[in-house]
Amino acid sequence: MASTMHFQIEGLKANIENKEILKGFDLTINNGEIHAIMGPNGTGKSTLASVLMGHPKYEVTAGSVTLDGEDLLEMSVDERARAGLFLAMQYPSEIPGVTNSDFLRSAINARRGEGNEISLMKFIRQMEAKMKDLEMNPAFAHRYLNEGFSGGEKKRNEILQLMLLEPRLTILDEIDSGLDIDALRIVADGVNAMRSEERSFLIITHYQRLLNYIKPDFVHVMMQGRIVRSGGPELAERLENEGYEWLKEELGIVDEVVGQEA
Amino acid sequence: MTLNTLLPVDPKVLADRSRSAGEPAWLTELRLKGLELAGERELPQLEKTRIDRWNWATLSLDAAGHATETNTTPALTELLPSENAGNALVQIGARTVHRELSEELKAQGVIFTDLVTAAREHEDKVRPYLLKAIAADEHRLTALHAAFWNGGAFLYVPKNVQVEIPLYASFMTEAGETLLAPHVLIVAEEGSSVAYVEQFQSGSEEAAQVVPGAAEVFAAAGAQVRFASIHNLSTSVIDVAYRRAILEQDARVEWVVGELSAGNGISDTTTYLNGKGSSADAKVICVGDGEQRLNLTTRNVHVGRATESDMSTRAVMRESATAIINGITKIEKGATGANGQQAEKVLMLSPTARGDANPILLIDEDDVKAGHAASVGQVNPEQIFYLMSRGLTRTEAERLVIYGFLAPVVAEIPLPELEKQLRELVERKLGQ
Repeated sequence: MASTMHFQIEGLKANIENKEILKGFDLTINNGEIHAIMGPNGTGKSTLASVLMGHPKYEVTAGSVTLDGEDLLEMSVDERARAGLFLAMQYPSEIPGVTNSDFLRSAINARRGEGNEISLMKFIRQMEAKMKDLEMNPAFAHRYLNEGFSGGEKKRNEILQLMLLEPRLTILDEIDSGLDIDALRIVADGVNAMRSEERSFLIITHYQRLLNYIKPDFVHVMMQGRIVRSGGPELAERLENEGYEWLKEELGIVDEVVGQEA
Repeated sequence: MTLNTLLPVDPKVLADRSRSAGEPAWLTELRLKGLELAGERELPQLEKTRIDRWNWATLSLDAAGHATETNTTPALTELLPSENAGNALVQIGARTVHRELSEELKAQGVIFTDLVTAAREHEDKVRPYLLKAIAADEHRLTALHAAFWNGGAFLYVPKNVQVEIPLYASFMTEAGETLLAPHVLIVAEEGSSVAYVEQFQSGSEEAAQVVPGAAEVFAAAGAQVRFASIHNLSTSVIDVAYRRAILEQDARVEWVVGELSAGNGISDTTTYLNGKGSSADAKVICVGDGEQRLNLTTRNVHVGRATESDMSTRAVMRESATAIINGITKIEKGATGANGQQAEKVLMLSPTARGDANPILLIDEDDVKAGHAASVGQVNPEQIFYLMSRGLTRTEAERLVIYGFLAPVVAEIPLPELEKQLRELVERKLGQ
């Protein structure tokens, strides 16, 4: 099963408050592939991430999303997670009163299912090892989930969850925003350590610099709520050097953003 | 209502009861005075809570009945936390069925027994304090409590004695007609420290009754008292809990209160920071469900200079429960350098639940600090989305968020076993 992952998005359209943000989005991700989605602000990148995870404030109006042939859109948020989807969020929620380690263990056990819970010792060993990899202060295990964490600490904590939950398809939503270069390297090392034939990634980013650390197989540019150009890593480099204007000219796009009143 | 004809009992009956229990004359007098006042005073006027509509009829000496020997006693081992079995007191209905204090603490001069026994054996330590922090003449409920209280607990800690193990008291209602009305009196002498944990619970489903409880804490200079109280009385019980502390110089009291009863309730936790440099911390949690009507007040009264107080109340309201939550910080003239902070937070889990947070600052001195924060809201959908995106079911996600909301108080219970029990109680109250 796990060795033949196939993730397919076809003609996906989604609204927020009756404004259409995704306007027919298509993408296929196979085993072990890393896809990057780039694009200017306001073109629907983060909406895509939220819609795929099932955020309740978005309404899907058309299209399909399947994971190994299973209809993802029919699943609740937690079912999507248990099916192997993970979203590292741009703005992770703070949950006061719930310690990071209690939360992590609950999340791991939610995936493993009843009767197959991870032993406490094994969990602690794993958590401590991964925290060390991410150069996180061990005290963060006992802090309340994301409460009072700096932007960079929250991002590391997202990657910690990623490493412990070992999803099959990971969406990184602007994981590089607000990170200094050292933190970016640590986060990228964490993701790279997860790379395998059995794991795929969808990296949403505004800047090319993250892609210096995590090499994508495919690069897509998003404008007006859909993919307008796809290519290899060289596409990302050209965008970094030349910006988006050349592409907009080629495509005849004047305003690349979606969902805003003209 | 202020008619002597409403007196729930004949004074002579009350006096006879007191004497036959071997109570000293001064105590009998206190009871009679309470009864007299009960006929003169009104029920307390509580913010937005019509307690005059509650059924107070059972609060009388008849309901208080005679202790009967035929009542069965639940196994003590089930009532006592194993870690505290040697320093514990158990009252079921009107009867104190167990009291034990380790030889080590006795040797240090610590007294821990029921209050009736203490009044008989330690008049010098009981009489100067009893009903001094809670006056019988405040209102009808304090007056009736003064007249009818039974069993109870007396905890005395001599000068400079540090009691390391928390002392534990269990107060249990009884199916039948006996009134549970404990009065808890804690006297901590200079430089002493002690933690006391009590639990109010119902033995089984029972007929309508009122549990009029009261607790007084007197902390002398530099004394530290930790007072934890968990209430888990059944639907048919009106739970009344008046708690008061009076602090002398540099004394400190820490309240940890879990209001988890199933019926209507009044909870009032007040600290008088009389001595310079004294401090108080009150943490209260409450889970309301069904048709419960709850009125919770936490009050810190700053009298002395450089006094500090903090209070935090967290309430979760389900179904059609209503809670009125009052936080009152009072800073008297002359209490320069005082600092009083408070926060009340209510989490609403249903559209028919109601929670009012009323932060009140009453400040009669200029050179002070005071702050308040209050919020009433629902479970944040972003938090639920975040947790569910990690694979937790909606139920599990909500449970975590609600526990997290209550955690800062639950974690403060000084006995690990009780903390676990409190978690379980919260779980049950949350219907999970």
